[in-house]
Amino acid sequence: MNKKLNVSASPHVRSKDSTSSIMRDVVIAMVPTTIVGIANAFMNFGSGVGINSILVILITMAAAIGAEYVYEMITKKPITICDWSAAVTGLILALNMPHTIAPWIPALGAVFAIVIVKMLYGGLGQNFMNPALAGRCFLLISFAGPMTGFIPADSALAAVTGATPLADMKANGVAAMLEHYSMMDMVTGMIPGTIGETSVIALLLGAAYLLYKKVIDWKIPVTYIATVALFSLIFAPAGSDRLMYMLAMVFGGGLIFGAFFMATDYVTSPITPKGQIVFGICLGLLTGIFRIFGGSAEGVSYAIIFCNLLVPLIEKFTMPVPFGLGKEKK
Amino acid sequence: MNLATFIGGTHPYDGKELSKDRPVKVVLPKGELVYSMSQHLGAPAKPIVAKGDRVLVGQRIAEASAFISAHICSSVSGTVKSIEPRLLPGGNMCQAIIVENDGLYEAVEGFGEKRDYTKLSKEEIRAIVKDAGIVGMGGAGFPNHVKITPKDDNAIDYVLVNAAECEPYLTSDYRMLLEQPEKLIGGLKILLQLFDKAQGVIGIEDNKMDAIELLTKMTENEPRIKVQALKTKYPQGAERALIYACTGGREVHSAILPADMGCVVDNVDTVISIYNAVAENIPLIRRIVTITGDCVKTPQNFEVRTGTNYAELVEEAGGLIKEPEKIISGGPMMGKALFDINVPVTKTSSAMLFLSHDDVAAMEPTACIRCGRCVNACPSHLVPQIMIEYAERNDIEGFKRVGGMECYECGSCTYVCPAKRRLTQAFAYARAEGRKRK
Repeated sequence: MNKKLNVSASPHVRSKDSTSSIMRDVVIAMVPTTIVGIANAFMNFGSGVGINSILVILITMAAAIGAEYVYEMITKKPITICDWSAAVTGLILALNMPHTIAPWIPALGAVFAIVIVKMLYGGLGQNFMNPALAGRCFLLISFAGPMTGFIPADSALAAVTGATPLADMKANGVAAMLEHYSMMDMVTGMIPGTIGETSVIALLLGAAYLLYKKVIDWKIPVTYIATVALFSLIFAPAGSDRLMYMLAMVFGGGLIFGAFFMATDYVTSPITPKGQIVFGICLGLLTGIFRIFGGSAEGVSYAIIFCNLLVPLIEKFTMPVPFGLGKEKK
Repeated sequence: MNLATFIGGTHPYDGKELSKDRPVKVVLPKGELVYSMSQHLGAPAKPIVAKGDRVLVGQRIAEASAFISAHICSSVSGTVKSIEPRLLPGGNMCQAIIVENDGLYEAVEGFGEKRDYTKLSKEEIRAIVKDAGIVGMGGAGFPNHVKITPKDDNAIDYVLVNAAECEPYLTSDYRMLLEQPEKLIGGLKILLQLFDKAQGVIGIEDNKMDAIELLTKMTENEPRIKVQALKTKYPQGAERALIYACTGGREVHSAILPADMGCVVDNVDTVISIYNAVAENIPLIRRIVTITGDCVKTPQNFEVRTGTNYAELVEEAGGLIKEPEKIISGGPMMGKALFDINVPVTKTSSAMLFLSHDDVAAMEPTACIRCGRCVNACPSHLVPQIMIEYAERNDIEGFKRVGGMECYECGSCTYVCPAKRRLTQAFAYARAEGRKRK
């Protein structure tokens, strides 16, 4: 034996999962909804809007990755863009944009998300708020008009209704909304909305991939969606079809995308199993309150970033009891 | 089949196929024998021979120096060459008795004489176990005579045989289950003789179906012995995980002993050694060792005399066909990396692993992404992600507050960590500090 032996502490084996493989899986899981989102733009709003949505996605991702690279260059920190986490942030932010938005707006949001929300707090793992969603909320406040221009004025849909299903339902009631949109449109994603949030089928396909790869766990998305469903059944406006109202609440907006791809962000969700259930319920309640009693038809993004702030508190009260120290049973 | 298990854990590559199908080969030592004075938990034993003395097989050469300590017997006949510090498989130096083997294997009087253990009293059995120097051979090395002498015999309602063998690559328990099941059952019967109210349970992971079937069949007519199939999952063989699985949920924590929960747990080789001592008057002078890994020509198990140099076993296994990058004493999850294989087999050394590729040392830890895999893997239901913050800041009080002392360093959290953080290493240090400041 001539070679020097490696001596290190146990364990001497490691699982194949790595930060970059996990983040890459998240990007892969968002591919179906990205494709359907672009197709939605081409089919319903014309090729100009379709090409714009492709540009939005590419430019936002490039801005997120570029911002991380430049920040780390300037601050002389190790370059971490290869861990795919900036790509995930950029893609989620892009998928949260209307098809019609000028690409420089989400690019600015991506820089805000990466530099202000993520890097200034210490980089990956240290941010207390989901960077993509914080970026989106920053843009919602700064560019309210372009950020909610879901339906191009010259499209066929504008003649029928000027609103997304949820906004339509909030303004005109569930029966009137169902005259403009079918439940099937909501499931396939052929409705106005942000690029990535509309297709339930494509989103569930991606979610199934993440669950299969054990990247995400069922607890947060399932409790989140179930709470919204229950809340909608209970608080549906009097006289409306409660079941259809509930289904529209679940399928018609950003809930599925938010529940599987944004609420499950590791960094900004509780690490304790019980805490994840509490987190999901909190998200569902807040989303329900925002949507039904608030001024806006949507509420997923604000619910998630608000609950991100509750995470340390939730974790504190849901710490698991160490083995053997709970029940003294014999 | 009813599979028992615990909550948490992980599934590393098990590597058992390398050595599991070869029968155990008995090897006799060639060179000098090295008997460390510290082959057990507790106070080191005290040598009772001097340089130049002639010793026989089975002769006591060192005696227990405290309540928690154990005797040591010579495994060969020969002459005491010296008493000096030697390197052990744990990587530490320890005072050791060096015996030059004369190759005659002349034994002490009565050695190997069979006796009817059913006629022995509890006190006689305990005295024999103590004299034989038996310790827990699964790794911890807890002196067995202490373990089988609880405050109240009638409070013990389970005698568990740990045959989970959850550590990857190791197959010695599996081979013994197949090759010497009658000795294992005999040893368990001896233990049950000590505890009138106890049920005997042999816990075996379901990756050893042939062993489960064989032992189930052999214990059909033994009302006090049951074979419990366990889910194959690391660390199923950790004492606390085994007790939880085999007793329907009893939880042992760091401040109590299994006996406080009515359990006595011994691993396969320990139970066989108890049988050897009580029924055949052979003290603990041998153990089963797995020599394996992709560098070894013929990975297999050996029945070897304690004190034998590991280098001889490597030779017996056909030598190394590849340059090893890492050599591990024990399994890959909890074993220790070695820098020298010229170390003796001790009562607790279970295996030596020769791996041509080690990807761990070169792995740089990156930022924690709070994925929670460590929380789900921890068999002690801890939150390693929070423990590491205290451990890395050397805040031992904080580390204790978040349950750090309940960690038994199984390595599951570190195995699953995608950021490749060195959690177990930091916990081992913090726990050692925590014990000092008790």
